[in-house]
Amino acid sequence: MEAEALTTIETELAGEIAGCDTLASLDDVRVRALGKKGRISGLMQQLGSMAPDERKAFGQAVNALKTQISGKLDTRRGELTAKELANRLATERADITLPVRLGPLSEGRIHPVSQVFDEISEIFADMGFAIAEGPDIETDDYNFERLNIPSDHPARQEHDTFYLSGSLPSDDVGDGMRKVLRTHTSPVQIRTMLNQKPPIRVIAPGRVYRSDSDQTHTPMFHQIEGLVIDEVTHLGHLKWCLEEFCKAFFEVDEVKMRFRASHFPFTEPSMEVDVDAAAIGKPGQWLEILGSGMVHPKVIANCGLDPEKYQGFAFGVGLDRLTMLKYGIPDLRDMFSADLRWMKHYGFLPMDMPTLARGMSS
Amino acid sequence: MKFTLSWLKDHLDTDASLETIEKTLSSIGLEVEGIEDPSNALGVFTIARIVEAKQHPDADRLQVCQVEIKPGEPTVEVVCGAPNAKPGLVGVFGPIGSYIPGTGITLEKRPVRGIDSNGMMLSERELELSEDHDGIIELDTALADCVGQKYIDVAGLNDPVIEIAITPNRPDCTGVRGVARDLAAAGVGTLKPEPTLKHTVEGDFDCPVDIQLEFSSQAADACPVFAGRYVRGVQNKPAPSWMQQRLKAAGLRPISSLVDMTNYVSLDRGRPLHVYDADKLQGHIRARLGKAGEKFEALDNKTYVSGDEMCVIADDSGPLGFGGIIGGESTSCTPETTNVLIECAYFDPSRTATTGRKAGVITDARYRFERGVDPDFVVPGLDLGTEWVLELCGGTASKAKIAGAAPSGGTVISFDYGKVQRLTGVDIPASEGKRILEAIGCEVTDNGPQWKVTTPPWRPDVHGAADLVEEVIRIYGLDNVPAVPMKRSHGVTRAVLTDGQRRARRARRTLAGRGLVEAVTWSFIPQEQAEHFGGGAEQLKLANPISVELSTMRPGLLAGLLVAAQRNRNRGFDDVALFELGQAYLDDTPKGQMQLASGVRVGRSQLTGSGRDWRGDAVTADAFDVKADAAALLSALGLDVAKVQVTRDAPAWFHPGRSGVIRLGPKMVLAHFGEVHPATLKLLDIDGPTTAFEIFLHALPPEKRKGRARAALDVSDLLPVRRDFAFVVDKETDAGAIVRAATGADKALISGVNVFDVFEGKALGEDKKSIAIEVTLQPSTKTLTDAEIDKVSEKVIAAVQKATGATIRG
Repeated sequence: MEAEALTTIETELAGEIAGCDTLASLDDVRVRALGKKGRISGLMQQLGSMAPDERKAFGQAVNALKTQISGKLDTRRGELTAKELANRLATERADITLPVRLGPLSEGRIHPVSQVFDEISEIFADMGFAIAEGPDIETDDYNFERLNIPSDHPARQEHDTFYLSGSLPSDDVGDGMRKVLRTHTSPVQIRTMLNQKPPIRVIAPGRVYRSDSDQTHTPMFHQIEGLVIDEVTHLGHLKWCLEEFCKAFFEVDEVKMRFRASHFPFTEPSMEVDVDAAAIGKPGQWLEILGSGMVHPKVIANCGLDPEKYQGFAFGVGLDRLTMLKYGIPDLRDMFSADLRWMKHYGFLPMDMPTLARGMSS
Repeated sequence: MKFTLSWLKDHLDTDASLETIEKTLSSIGLEVEGIEDPSNALGVFTIARIVEAKQHPDADRLQVCQVEIKPGEPTVEVVCGAPNAKPGLVGVFGPIGSYIPGTGITLEKRPVRGIDSNGMMLSERELELSEDHDGIIELDTALADCVGQKYIDVAGLNDPVIEIAITPNRPDCTGVRGVARDLAAAGVGTLKPEPTLKHTVEGDFDCPVDIQLEFSSQAADACPVFAGRYVRGVQNKPAPSWMQQRLKAAGLRPISSLVDMTNYVSLDRGRPLHVYDADKLQGHIRARLGKAGEKFEALDNKTYVSGDEMCVIADDSGPLGFGGIIGGESTSCTPETTNVLIECAYFDPSRTATTGRKAGVITDARYRFERGVDPDFVVPGLDLGTEWVLELCGGTASKAKIAGAAPSGGTVISFDYGKVQRLTGVDIPASEGKRILEAIGCEVTDNGPQWKVTTPPWRPDVHGAADLVEEVIRIYGLDNVPAVPMKRSHGVTRAVLTDGQRRARRARRTLAGRGLVEAVTWSFIPQEQAEHFGGGAEQLKLANPISVELSTMRPGLLAGLLVAAQRNRNRGFDDVALFELGQAYLDDTPKGQMQLASGVRVGRSQLTGSGRDWRGDAVTADAFDVKADAAALLSALGLDVAKVQVTRDAPAWFHPGRSGVIRLGPKMVLAHFGEVHPATLKLLDIDGPTTAFEIFLHALPPEKRKGRARAALDVSDLLPVRRDFAFVVDKETDAGAIVRAATGADKALISGVNVFDVFEGKALGEDKKSIAIEVTLQPSTKTLTDAEIDKVSEKVIAAVQKATGATIRG
């Protein structure tokens, strides 16, 4: 066979390969060229009838031809595969403007009061406060007596305090044994001091109840109590603690506060605390946020501790009020309305867990 | 309490600004609730004189006036419609730009029928001084000298009204003098000396009305002293205008001198008095306990019934009024009154409060007696009252008649001054501490480490060392207390939450993470609902609920949530998924308070979304959706849900056939779930299918935390093998029984059993169903041979057959 003939074969096959439009036709060319009965395989079969020196040279030439055609086939196959994929993809088109569902993590909500409680827990935990709890149904002993609120105090009247059946002041029950819905979280102070040796640092959140219902009052609301008892804590510490809390809670570097003398039966000295509304972006007015003071020596003694040795402070904050102030919620009553529209708007996403590192609000 | 600045200055010598006074009052515990400063609204108006008044050329009813508004300067032209405008009239002028409070208009310079008016002459109504609008204000022509001066100054109206809130411990500040004393202590001026009486109040004839205290020894403290004085020949004219103005500023309506002066002394000194028309008294006057059923008509023209624990003032005819609270109509003073008896008594604070509350009367007298008036000021108070009667009404006073004796006021306190620093952290010099205590009326003996402090009789609230610390720091100023950092016990904050608190936190976010929205509903619900949900015991009913809707402590959270869900449906939200985490009550003890996490899914509210969707509408939530919520939460809280039992005995508010109880062992109930019973839906007026779950967080076993390191991971590289089995069983057979049997067939090899098909059809028979399971075999040492797999399969079939009587489906 002549080298010229091999060149012809090469040219012809290369032309056929280039002319293929589909992978199927390309495979036909491969069979005709390299298949058992293909042209290049036919050339190999001629080797047996050749003289040894001729055979070597011819063999090398045919092998070279084979390699070259295989390469061309591979290249063309690659091109055609890509083209066919492109053709297929061109037909596979989704309307990606169709809406999707966001899934439960986007639908669920945490109630603002729960969220703010988590924020407050973070802040006070950092100042070494644990979280104490007490029951909603209290005795008048814990809710009033031991807090130095005498039985003729107006707060103990039926128009202020919810009594459980058979426990009204007019009912024949011994004072101290009457069951009331706690009117504040302060009885948790009593429970904590009775059950724990100082030093004590706790906050106590929870539901409280007062017989009151109008635009700005609901018969149930939330408070957070704070209590510190040890041998050294004084009014200056109370101020620091409240200032640090307000800065962290309202997420501002500075907060202007005003401390006013006041009166509560269970603290002495007592003070009310106002925050400059600049903390919530409304400078120029004072917002009353909490009542506080040094725990009254009688209260400390009522819990079996020696008021000459132990002292400390207590404060009580309206949790709902803080929530409303911080997040601009206008109406207290909505907190308890379970209105989906309200909760979706003012509620928090489940993944928005407040931490000191990430910040309180998102 | 309301008083005016000039009234305060009767007792306080100060040139402090109103702002300083306001700030100090709030700081020392007399919180300022408001200040009405007339100069804000009226300060712009001045005295002016009409020099000339001519008919307006184009308007019959208008005059064009030349008005002198500044002495010696040219007049300005003012158009005026008032009929009384005339030359020489001295009135009140409003310049251009001033806001007229009575009309709400700001004056602009503009022509009135073609003639420019450079301001306005004003009527009383325009200044909101009265309703008088018949004409412009006509002042005394002698005031022409005051042209150009501020009207409020000339008319004596420039007297800001200060309103303060008084905490219940401060009877002394129910009188202006007490407020002045506190301000002086805080450095705002000096307290003026007690004014001396102008009249000789002690007469030379005996009081013709006898006064007696008729109490048993147990009730003697109800009214320990009753002082009285008779004044003959009084004339009960209207009180002078300055007194009327002050009473009006304080919010009281002037009536007559005799009434007004008692109110004035009450406001001025915190000392209530009463004046009887002595000619209307029958026999002698006495203080005693009421007799049940006694009635009298009080000054407010209401009839009150006395109880036998109430202190009444009576004469021979019966009770006249409640002691320390309200007087009687029958002996009240009128303009015709000529002879009077002045009462100045002391009434027990606690009894006064109780009586007032039971009778439902709130008066200025009660407000003071229930806080505790100064017991040492009974006779001086009587004298002061007599002084005012003589001053305003004339007459001749008798000698005082005093029944009983005043209780002793003031306490002696042994005071370690070091307590001030110990409790406040501030080192206030002892001299300053002493000054403060003396300024509020204490007598201080400080020769030694323990001071002897005698408190003033007008401060019944101060009786211990802590009270004295409070007084010192209150006056020193709480704003002056430096903030001191609390000691940190650890460099890095320690975790503080209890197990229960951790659980609550995780539960809340797990449920919200499942698409449920957190609600907070009332802890009290209607009794009927409480009973339906297994509660409503007598001890959990409120004795004084605010309404029947909020009457009984809830036994669970579902009633509130279901009703809330329906409210949302009524607003057009068909698919509602709510949860609440909160307390419910088994009984009235602390242990009876449970902590629950409960939720409802109403309509098509699915985990993946609700309602219609182009990829397939959500289906109506069923028992398995809420079972998934319950199981997912229990799992999140560390429970192995493969180990819990699910039983069919859910409580009655669930659908009996489509609900379950998740429990650990026979006694420990962790959760209820399922469709809500149609009867429950009917009771709560809820439409449409509704599902719910309730999880008893307080019942969960304590968390087991064995160190932080996890157990070593034990996984095999060998491929798991899966085999499917379809069993035909009776319809009543629980799938759970099949899964349990299959799982236990070869504990070493079987790593999982999953139900992938449940089928009921006629081909199987009416009372049969088919349950198909996929069993996963996980070899651990070598690949399983076919023979080994067959052997396990046989074990599975045998176990399921044994447990349930199933047949393998061909």
